[in-house]
Amino acid sequence: MTRSGAGPTLVLVLAVGVFAATGVMLLLERSLTRILLGVILLGNGVNLLILLAGRSGEAPLVDGVDGGRMSDPLSQAMVLTAIVITFGLTAFLAAVAYRSWYLTGDDEVQDDLEDRQVVQLAARNEVANRDLGGEGPGDDPEQVDPGPARRRLRRATEQ
Amino acid sequence: MSQLVPLPVVVPLLGAALTLLLDRWPRVQRTVSVVALGANLVVALVLLTWAYRHGPVVTQVGGWPAPVGIVLVADQLAALMLVVSSAVTLCVLLYSIGQGRGETSESAPVSIYHPTYLVLTAGITNAFLAGDLFNLFVGFEILLAASFVLITLGGTEARIRTGSTYVVVGVLSSMIFLTAVGLVYAATGTLNLAQLASRLDALPPGVRLGLQLMLLLAFGVKAAVFPVSAWLPDSYPTAPAPVTAVFAGLLTKVGVYAIIRTETLLFPGGEVAGLLMVVAGLTMLVGVLGAVAQSDLKRLFSFTLVSHIGYMIFGVALSTTAALSGAIFYVVHHITIQTTLFLVAGLVEERAGSTDLRKLGGLARVAPLLAVLFFVPAMNLAGIPPFSGFLGKLGLLQAGVAVGGGLAWVLVVAGTVTSLLTLYAASRVWNIAFWRAPQLATDEPVIRLPSLMVGATAALVVLGLTLTVAAGPLFRVTADAAADLRERTPYVRAVLPGGTP
Repeated sequence: MTRSGAGPTLVLVLAVGVFAATGVMLLLERSLTRILLGVILLGNGVNLLILLAGRSGEAPLVDGVDGGRMSDPLSQAMVLTAIVITFGLTAFLAAVAYRSWYLTGDDEVQDDLEDRQVVQLAARNEVANRDLGGEGPGDDPEQVDPGPARRRLRRATEQ
Repeated sequence: MSQLVPLPVVVPLLGAALTLLLDRWPRVQRTVSVVALGANLVVALVLLTWAYRHGPVVTQVGGWPAPVGIVLVADQLAALMLVVSSAVTLCVLLYSIGQGRGETSESAPVSIYHPTYLVLTAGITNAFLAGDLFNLFVGFEILLAASFVLITLGGTEARIRTGSTYVVVGVLSSMIFLTAVGLVYAATGTLNLAQLASRLDALPPGVRLGLQLMLLLAFGVKAAVFPVSAWLPDSYPTAPAPVTAVFAGLLTKVGVYAIIRTETLLFPGGEVAGLLMVVAGLTMLVGVLGAVAQSDLKRLFSFTLVSHIGYMIFGVALSTTAALSGAIFYVVHHITIQTTLFLVAGLVEERAGSTDLRKLGGLARVAPLLAVLFFVPAMNLAGIPPFSGFLGKLGLLQAGVAVGGGLAWVLVVAGTVTSLLTLYAASRVWNIAFWRAPQLATDEPVIRLPSLMVGATAALVVLGLTLTVAAGPLFRVTADAAADLRERTPYVRAVLPGGTP
């Protein structure tokens, strides 16, 4: 990166670092509102980083500015796109957080239910479900029991 | 010919706009979406034949020449991905239309379903066709934003719970990708993939490796490669069946496609081959062990999805022509089969009222057609000869043996074990859900499955079988695509005909 134009870039570099660090910190929280704030901060940090990737300088207007002293317009265009995208995603995340609060009373991200069940089964040293190589001959309706399916089912569950 | 290249992106987007306006007329809305995706399939087939015969098709968006303007490139790999994704999205769309018509369906079609689905398709095709990194990022964002809406469709408590994990992980991976894009631009001053190919070669090795790892991390999250795959099985199963199916089939594969593209075109040296192999092996084993422990059909399939991503990464890590060819074939096979299995899980849910294995049983007797629809793709996934899953795995394992070396052999063994464990998981589902004494979650009388749903699933099963029958010609295309990827020059010359500036 050349420093042909104005703009102390060290401040920007520090800003990127601070934004990213605080953003990651907040992302590690469980509450969706804080995660949302983390996403916003991290997004801003990344956007600044892209701005840093281009050369700084004077406004990139075709007339009037010498090409060598122009700032890089491409990174500015990319930042604009990225800002719009981050804005949209943030809005959606805010909606999800609100909906979560509306439905459950708080906006904490919960553990997955099935995961918890699998962990409990593992703690009791059990298999996920009955899979003992099929039924014995007495259980197989094809071989023994000609009765109606529903009743057989109920009997099986009562036993 | 180059006028055709933007169509797979533009047509679904236009269709999305139209269907949004037409939400009061569901019949017209459905017709528009089906026509748009049907047109996509035709265009993709034309592009594939052209790319196979005459080389990559390039279009310069807005008429700006290549390194400055945005290019869309349909080489053989991209065109092949387009064909498979269009076929799969079309089938899933028909399935969801069928589900909307069924009397018992709890998820009545929401009017935003069709527009969002079409936007998702546009994002996927844009990612496949993108000729520069930023456009690839935009493609990812389009499909992510659409997928956020689809995964929380209806906004029920379960979907919000799992959806919030998915949204946060998705946003985070985009941030990492965007950071990588910024750093690549800072280091090279360009984002055009063809131009990057030569400029990245000139960078110091440390910088190059850093950029490569950053991009791999971003794509690895999207592709659900092992250390960063935990989000997938938690978030996919609660979405409506057609949504889960299309996510499982396509979204992770877009990540895999991006990995293939960057590893071959941008970073061909194979510096991270060892890392990729370790990660691939762990993805296979951890994924399939997760699948063995699950007791819900959809979660079980989510874990096999993660597990089989490992095969594709293995092919990329080997990076010989045979291995890449096998990996591309495997992507095509896996898109089709995994989508089919999730659609079947949806049919099981519709028929039996649940996908929980503890509540299922005897479906083979109650619904024989459903059993056939499950059995064929399940055996295909497990890699039973002569199905395409077997052929894809065989191709990859042969490539691994040909490369040789300790790590490659470990991976070959891991791949075989994974295949066997997949067979175990699949036969367990078969034994419990289909073969044991009848046991249905609902006590209601027999439900007739909507014929469109069954028809769409059957069409995908047939497509999977066609991949088996037409494996010879398909392997010719994938080998050709792999040779082009290894060579790099066809792509670069097509994008920059005047030489690299």
